[in-house]
Amino acid sequence: MAVADSLAVAGKVLDLVRAAAPAAEAEALVGLTELALTRFANSFIHQNVSDVTSSVRLRLHHEGRTTSGSTTITDDAGLRALVERTVVAARLCPPDPLWPGLAPPAPVAPAPPMDKATAYAEPGERAARVRSFVDAAGGLETAGYCSTLHWSLTFANSAGQSASGETAEAAFDGIARLGMSDGLSRIAGPRLADIDGARLGLRAAAKARAGANPVELPPGQYEVVLEPTAVVDLLQLMAIYGFNGKKVVERQSFVELGRQQFDTSVSIVEDPLDAEGAALPFDVEGTPRQRIAFVDQGVTAAVAHDRRSARQAGAASTGHAMPGAASWGAIATNLHLLPAGAVGQDPSGARTPVPAEAEGPPADTAVADLVSQVERGLLVTDNWYTRVLDPRPLVVTGLTRNGVWLIEDGQVTSPVQNMRFTQSYPQALSPGGVLGIGAASVPLPSGWGLMTYRAPALRLSSWNFTGNASG
Amino acid sequence: MTHFDVATEAVEAALAAGARYADARVMHRRMESMSARNGEIEELEQDEDAGVGVRALVGSSWGFHAVPDLSSAAVKRAGTTAAAIAAASAQVPGPSADLVAAHAMTASWASDCSVDPLSVPLSDKGDLLVSTTATMRDAGADQAEALYQIWDTRKWFVSSEGHRIDQHIRECGAGISATVIGDGETQRRSYPSYRGQYGTRGWEIVTDMDLNAHSGRIAEEARALISAPACPSGTTTVILGSEQMALQIHESVGHAIELDRILGWEAAFAGTSWLDLAQLGQLRYGSDLMNITIDPTIPGALGSFGFDDEGTQAHARPAVRNGVWVGVLAGRDSAAVAGLDYAGSVRADGWSRLPMVRMTNVGLEPGPHTLDEMIAATDDGILMDINRSWSIDDKRLNFQFGCEIGWEIKNGKLGRMLKNPTYTGIGPQFWRSMDMLAAEVVAWGTPNCGKGQPGQIGHTGHPAAAARFAGVRVGVRG
Repeated sequence: MAVADSLAVAGKVLDLVRAAAPAAEAEALVGLTELALTRFANSFIHQNVSDVTSSVRLRLHHEGRTTSGSTTITDDAGLRALVERTVVAARLCPPDPLWPGLAPPAPVAPAPPMDKATAYAEPGERAARVRSFVDAAGGLETAGYCSTLHWSLTFANSAGQSASGETAEAAFDGIARLGMSDGLSRIAGPRLADIDGARLGLRAAAKARAGANPVELPPGQYEVVLEPTAVVDLLQLMAIYGFNGKKVVERQSFVELGRQQFDTSVSIVEDPLDAEGAALPFDVEGTPRQRIAFVDQGVTAAVAHDRRSARQAGAASTGHAMPGAASWGAIATNLHLLPAGAVGQDPSGARTPVPAEAEGPPADTAVADLVSQVERGLLVTDNWYTRVLDPRPLVVTGLTRNGVWLIEDGQVTSPVQNMRFTQSYPQALSPGGVLGIGAASVPLPSGWGLMTYRAPALRLSSWNFTGNASG
Repeated sequence: MTHFDVATEAVEAALAAGARYADARVMHRRMESMSARNGEIEELEQDEDAGVGVRALVGSSWGFHAVPDLSSAAVKRAGTTAAAIAAASAQVPGPSADLVAAHAMTASWASDCSVDPLSVPLSDKGDLLVSTTATMRDAGADQAEALYQIWDTRKWFVSSEGHRIDQHIRECGAGISATVIGDGETQRRSYPSYRGQYGTRGWEIVTDMDLNAHSGRIAEEARALISAPACPSGTTTVILGSEQMALQIHESVGHAIELDRILGWEAAFAGTSWLDLAQLGQLRYGSDLMNITIDPTIPGALGSFGFDDEGTQAHARPAVRNGVWVGVLAGRDSAAVAGLDYAGSVRADGWSRLPMVRMTNVGLEPGPHTLDEMIAATDDGILMDINRSWSIDDKRLNFQFGCEIGWEIKNGKLGRMLKNPTYTGIGPQFWRSMDMLAAEVVAWGTPNCGKGQPGQIGHTGHPAAAARFAGVRVGVRG
């Protein structure tokens, strides 16, 4: 659906609402998602899918009541049915005294340019990268995926705000396997052309070989170097449970604005205008988005809000409304933990090149410097199945995955079997807890939808491992 | 054009483009959910989607394409595109792909539903959520939450082998929870479980819960937990309530017996399984009390259907008998690879997603005991119930689960309430330590099972009963 067509559909929905309920406040959102994902396991493509999903979403507030509805049936009859049932629902459901009103007209920054070659990539282009990955793994068993995504969104409301934009993302996530050892390569970005399957396959295989024959270590407190793939897990859970304005309003978040809650070396920005991520410069309420510092040199400075949580907090929306946010809250979509040396620079200065070496030891050059400073600790590639025991202190249990190594006297000395941890994430990053930050920040895909997070490696003074392979 | 005609056109287009097998599912789904907090409605959402998903097998390679446009031209293009994607898959080909037999049937099936949940007035449903959350708030909850969810799904399945099957499945459920915020901690109590209990039933499942009767109690329990002692750390006897047992089954049995995981098809994401097909029929999974059945025919359970999304008719099958592993959750292609002769456990999260191996209803057969007997027979232990956190490794072995509430057991009697009860273990060691199992089975519904890339949300059922386990490590803390 072209942008002009989407604007016409949104306008038609608002016209239908005006006819059915002239006094109603209404928002229309027209979305188009084209997702293609080529998945491989046992070194062959076993699932290869694509889908086109067009949808229209309507939210309206009428006579003190609020309802939302959506449909993928976008012909005239489908749109009329959507409006009719949403208006009827608004008359029947209980009142909504916390309605924050519609976003007023406001200019929206242009989205970073979209790479059309990525948005409309053919299945053969994804399969070719899988072929290269599999071949480069040198006979090791491989598994993973290569995906491309095109997402366009058009917004209009009855207060006169409107916006349109589109974005694209490519991602590759693959492992090479050697016995019980899995080596990982994972990357996301705005251009499929930047994804080199062969280089990723070489790297995954090198890590798998470096992880062969792991030893078991006893649980306990260990100094750790977390690779970017593991650090992103910290960002994701802090986004959901911490930097979430609704959770702050409900006092279920660890966040205390203005307080030094993190090590002074930690700065985290939410950057929906980052050209390296998949994002649009407005949210589903039409609120313009911009770069926001959530943590500035250790001080918690801001959280994500939609209009509802902002009203409750006495703040302004940060442009983080999304379907379901009334229940789940506002969640950052483009968090970036700034790499060493990037604090205080403009956004382009934070784009440190990602190391390109494919072969070699488990720690690449962006991580090796941190490893060299560790007297005794663990190098962790990835976190897995992390779940929250208590959201307020954000105590999380989960496991390591895709590679753990023992570090002694600044050298990786032995692969280690996966371990379970139970750890408060903000506590791990608290003042004094961060002993070093990597120089390169890696954009990584999220398993949870249209999010791209970027993180460097972290050296942390302590991580609480509560179990090992034996239990 | 009927929905069957639409699906048939898609299948024929895929065959014309070179597929040697193709199937298509036209689906139309309506969803409604409402949530309330502290006596106010928080969100009401009514969604509708429709589309067709086409699967094509070209040589040994699969392709899938889905579109929301059900016009003749669009569905023909979808069939052609699915075949083209399959052809692209052949750049990295696998072993020859076969399908175990699924009798080609023309059939129709619908789940039982006494009260159409979409026909219940929104005002009634809203009033229920508002009143229960107001009661919890007044009884001391800092955050009182309630929600219901409804799915009404119609689907029409056609395959190139001659299947023509339509189904109408209505699913519904609700739940309430009370959270109290203390000094640097939160405590939560839920009924019947966090984010609710669900089934392939109508609104009667919600009426039967009698949410209002439990709202005051759970708020009071959440407040009491703030000042309760923490679950001690150590090794002890643990009794799990049936809701937590449902989670235990789901995570440490249901996912482990998924054949796609066993074959390595999920290795890079959901993970593999500790189970080895060479040991099927011989491996001791648990104690003699452990009898797990895969049964999508249970009336009203959330994982029930008439036919799976490959057209295989629902049937019950043992997965564990007297502690020995004997069955898997399989699809037509994975079963053929494994040399098995049964499928029937393949489903998709909507028309836009590829059908894949999913749990149906995977649950325990009843045991010989009662919960009271278990408590009376325990000198020193902890009773835990209602899941709060869950984490398990990618082989489905090493787990750590937390519950909302615990009670110490001393000399055969329940004692003090305990907060933050957690337990951890290794799946088969844990199941082999099950020494008592209750007779009273509840078919718990899990509407949020994540799997696959792109991600899919599955609806699964888990008949479960309270059970006792010996020598369990408890009280793991951060």
